Amino acid sequence: MSRTDLAMYSRAYKTIVSAPPILWVALFLLLPYALMFVHSFWAVQDGALVHHWNLDNYKKLFTNPLYAQVLFRTMRIAASVTLCSLLLGYPLAYYLSFHSGPRKELLYQLVIVPLWVSYLVRGYAWKTILGSEGVLNGFLQYLHITHEPVSFLLYSPFAVILMLTHIYTPFVFLPIYASLEHIPRPLVEASQDLGASPASTFFRVILPLSIPGLLAGATFAFLLSLGDFLAPLLVGGSSGTMIANIVQTLFGAVYDWPLGAAISVGILLITISLLFLTERLEKRWSFK
Amino acid sequence: MSRNSPTRRSPLLAFYAMLVFAFIYLPLAVLILYSFNRDGVGGFPPQHLTFEWYRQLFADGPIWDSVLNSLIVAAGAVALSLTLGLLAALALDRASFPGKALFRRLVLLPLILPGIITGLSLLMFVVLAGFHLSLLTVFLGHGTALISVATTELFAGLQKIDRAQEEASLDLGATPWQTFWRITLPNLKLSLIAAGLLIFTLSMDEIAVTFFLIGRDNTLPQEIWGRLRRGITPEINAVSTLIFAVSVLLIIIWYRIRTRSVGTESQQLVERP
Amino acid sequence: MSSAAISQPASVDANAPLLEVRAVAKRFGSRDVLKNISLNIASGEFLTLLGESGSGKTTLLRLIAGFEQPTSGEIWMSGERLDMLPPHKRRVNTVFQNYALFPHLNVRDNVAYGLRVQGAPKNEIPARVDEALNMVKMAGFAAARPSRLSGGQQQRVALARALVNRPQLLLLDEPLSALDANLRKQMQSELKSLQREIGITFLFVTHDQEEAMALSDRIALLRDGALEQVASPREIYARPATAYTARFIGQTNLLPGEIRRSIATCGVLRWPLDEPDGPVLFSLRPEMIRLSPDGKRQTNEVKFRASVQQQVFAGASELLEVDCGAGQLLRVRLPACGPLTGEHEFVFSIADAIRVAN
Repeated sequence: MSRTDLAMYSRAYKTIVSAPPILWVALFLLLPYALMFVHSFWAVQDGALVHHWNLDNYKKLFTNPLYAQVLFRTMRIAASVTLCSLLLGYPLAYYLSFHSGPRKELLYQLVIVPLWVSYLVRGYAWKTILGSEGVLNGFLQYLHITHEPVSFLLYSPFAVILMLTHIYTPFVFLPIYASLEHIPRPLVEASQDLGASPASTFFRVILPLSIPGLLAGATFAFLLSLGDFLAPLLVGGSSGTMIANIVQTLFGAVYDWPLGAAISVGILLITISLLFLTERLEKRWSFK
Repeated sequence: MSRNSPTRRSPLLAFYAMLVFAFIYLPLAVLILYSFNRDGVGGFPPQHLTFEWYRQLFADGPIWDSVLNSLIVAAGAVALSLTLGLLAALALDRASFPGKALFRRLVLLPLILPGIITGLSLLMFVVLAGFHLSLLTVFLGHGTALISVATTELFAGLQKIDRAQEEASLDLGATPWQTFWRITLPNLKLSLIAAGLLIFTLSMDEIAVTFFLIGRDNTLPQEIWGRLRRGITPEINAVSTLIFAVSVLLIIIWYRIRTRSVGTESQQLVERP
Repeated sequence: MSSAAISQPASVDANAPLLEVRAVAKRFGSRDVLKNISLNIASGEFLTLLGESGSGKTTLLRLIAGFEQPTSGEIWMSGERLDMLPPHKRRVNTVFQNYALFPHLNVRDNVAYGLRVQGAPKNEIPARVDEALNMVKMAGFAAARPSRLSGGQQQRVALARALVNRPQLLLLDEPLSALDANLRKQMQSELKSLQREIGITFLFVTHDQEEAMALSDRIALLRDGALEQVASPREIYARPATAYTARFIGQTNLLPGEIRRSIATCGVLRWPLDEPDGPVLFSLRPEMIRLSPDGKRQTNEVKFRASVQQQVFAGASELLEVDCGAGQLLRVRLPACGPLTGEHEFVFSIADAIRVAN
C-alpha cells in the first residue's frame, strides 16, 4: 500500500467514522439545546408563542421572589443530599477498599445492585414508607414510640432529601471507591512505617489522594439532585417543590415555554460553572 | 489468621458500613415484603401474606403492553446508541478534526445535565419538526441521550486495546477495514456487551426524558407513574419487586462480563516471597 | 537447614545483637513461606538477605517491618518484643522497592513526613530534613514533586525519608532493582559508604549475589523459606556449606564422587583424602584451576589432562570448558592467555576442593 493510498484510506476511514455521530449529535443534541436557548429570549402572548426577542424572562427570573425562593431551596436540598451521600458513601468506600478483606468483591456487587434498580421503584418505596399510613409510621406506632402518625415524614423537603440520598449514595460511592483503589498500598505501608497511626495515615495520605473521586461523586450528586423533578412529585408535596418542577409546569399547564426555557438555561449555567470549577479542582488534586 | 495483629480491622467502621448497607437495602426489603401484604401498602406489621397481587399483576393487560413497549424502545435504543457510540468513541480515540473538544463535551452533556433539560429540548425540536409524540420520539430521545453512556464505555474499551495488535494486522497485509472487523471489534466485544446491558437497563428505567416525549403508548415507568397518581396498591409493589429481580439478574451478568474483560489486572498478588 | 552455622564478623560486638529473629515461621494459606528462621543481626552491621524469588526474603523483611505477623516465633529488638508492635510504633524504617514516595507532597514534605507525624519539635525539622537531603545529595530538589524525579533520584529521596528518623534498623527491599546497571553500581558504593558513615544497621534484600557480596558484612542465604547459610561474603564464597550455596554465589564445578580407603574419586580425578568412606560432593571454583605446563605436581595438588571444548573471552580472563575424558566437563577460569586448543595439563590444590552438603 503506497503512502498516498494509506493517507487516502485513513482520511476516508476518519470521515466514515466521525461523520455519522457528529451529524447526529449536531441534529439531535446541539440543535435542541440551541432551541432551548433561543426560546428563552422569546415570549408568549395570548396563549401563543411569539418570536419577539426580549430579556423579560431573565428579568422575571431575578425579580420574582418565588423563583429565587424555590431555587435556593433546591440548592439547599441538593447540598444536603450531597453532604449526606458523602457521609454515607465515603466511609463505605473506605471500608470496602481497605478493611473488607476477602469479601471485597461481593460487597462491591452488593453496593452496585441498587444502582440498577429503577429510580421509580426506589422512590416509590420511600413513598410507601414515609406516608402517614405508611410503613414507618405503622412501625413506630406498633412499638408505641408514637401514638399518631408523624406527618412531616412525607411531603416535605426532608422526604426529598431522604429519598435522593438513598438514590445517590451508591452513585457517590463509585468514583470514591475507584480513586481509593488507585492508591498504591505501599504508600499506606510507607506512612505507617514512618510512624503515622492509622488515623494519621488516613488524613495525611488517603484522604488527599482520594479527592478527585470525592469531587466527582459530589458533583454528580449535586447536579443530579439540582435538576430532579420526580422526587418532589413523589414525596415532596408543596413544600418540597424544586426548580425543575417549576420548569415542568411552565412547559405544561401554564404554557410559558420561554420562561421555562430561561429557567432551564439558568440551571444549565449553574451546571456548567460547577463542572468547570470541579474540573479545575480535580486537576489540582490529581497527582500522577 | 495472625495472633496479636496490630489491628487493621476497625469494628466501628465495619458497623457503620453495615448501617449504610441497611439504609440502602431496607426500603427495598420493605417494598418486596409488602408486595405480599393482603391489607395494602402501609401499616405495620404486614399480617396476611398472599400472592393475590402477583395474580392481579399477571392479569393486568396494560402493564404488559407497557413492558412490551419498553422492550421495543430499549432494543432500539441499544442498537442506535451502540452504533453511534462506537463511531463516536473511535472518532475521539483515533481521529483529529476541528471541533473535537466541543464534540466530546456535547456527547457527554446528557450524562450530566438534568434529564428534564434534555427532555424539554428534544420536545422543542420534535414540535418544531412537526412530529407527533409517540414511541418513536421516545426511542429517539433514549437513543440520543444514551450515546453518552455508550461512548464512555467504548472509549475506555478502546484505550485498553493494544495498538500493536492492529499494527501487526496491517503489517500482515490486512486493510484497515479488515483490521477493524477481525481485530478491533472482537477486542471490544466485552465492552460492547457491558455497554449494551447498561443502556438497556437505563432505557427500561428512563423517566425524565420520556416524560416529555411520550405519546399514547406508555413505557413501563410511565405506566407505573400513571398508576401512582390514581392510587397505590401492592400490585405496584409486585411489579416493582419483579423489576428488582430482573435488575439483580442483569447486574450479575454485567459484572461477570466486566471482570472477565479486566482480566489479569484484577488478580491480586497472592503471595509475597 | 535451620541450624546453619551463624558466624559474627570480627568487627562487631557479638554479645549484643540488635535484632533477634527467634524461630519465626510464616504460613500463607497452605504454603509455608518461612520455616523456623533464627537469625541475629548485630548493631551497625550490613546484613543482606539473599535468595531467589519465592525464597521468603521479602516476607521476612515485612515481618520485621510489621506489615505481616509471624505464624509462630518471636522477633526481638534491643531487648524488647518487636512483633507485638504495630508498624508505626517500631523504630524500624523501610526503603520500599518502588520507593512509595507520596505523590501529593514535594520532596521536602516527603522527607519531613516521619518527623511531623511523630511530633518532632517544629524548629528542628527543617535542619534535619536538610541534613538528610545533603546525605543523599538531593539538597537542590527540596521543592520538587516525586513525579518529576528520575528513578535514581526518587530512590535517594526514599532513603533520606527513612534515615531522617534515625531508626535503629533500616530495611531495604531490593531498592536498586529498578535502576539500570551503571546507576546500580554507583548507588551500591554510595549506599555502602553511607552506611559506614552513619553506622545504622542495614538489612538489605536482594536476589543479586554480586550485589550482596559487594555490600554486605554478612550474607544470609535463604532457600525455600529456610536459611541455607549465614556468613561473611568471603567466607560464604570460599567455604560454601552446600551445593546450592556454591552454585548460587559465584560459579563453581560440582564434583560428585566417592571416598574409598582414603582416596577421593570424582570421575577421572582422584586424590588422597583422609575421611570416612562414602559418597561425597565437592565444589571447585573455576578460578582455582590453573594451567600446568611444566608437568610437575606437588603432593597437595591434583593434576589432570583435558581438551578445550569451549573458550569465552571475558576481557581480563578466559572461561574455558574442558573435557577431562569420559565426558566429564569442567569449567576453568584463566587469566587472559590467548586462544587455546587441543589438550592441556591442568592442576588444582586439594584444599580448594571444598566438601559441600547436597
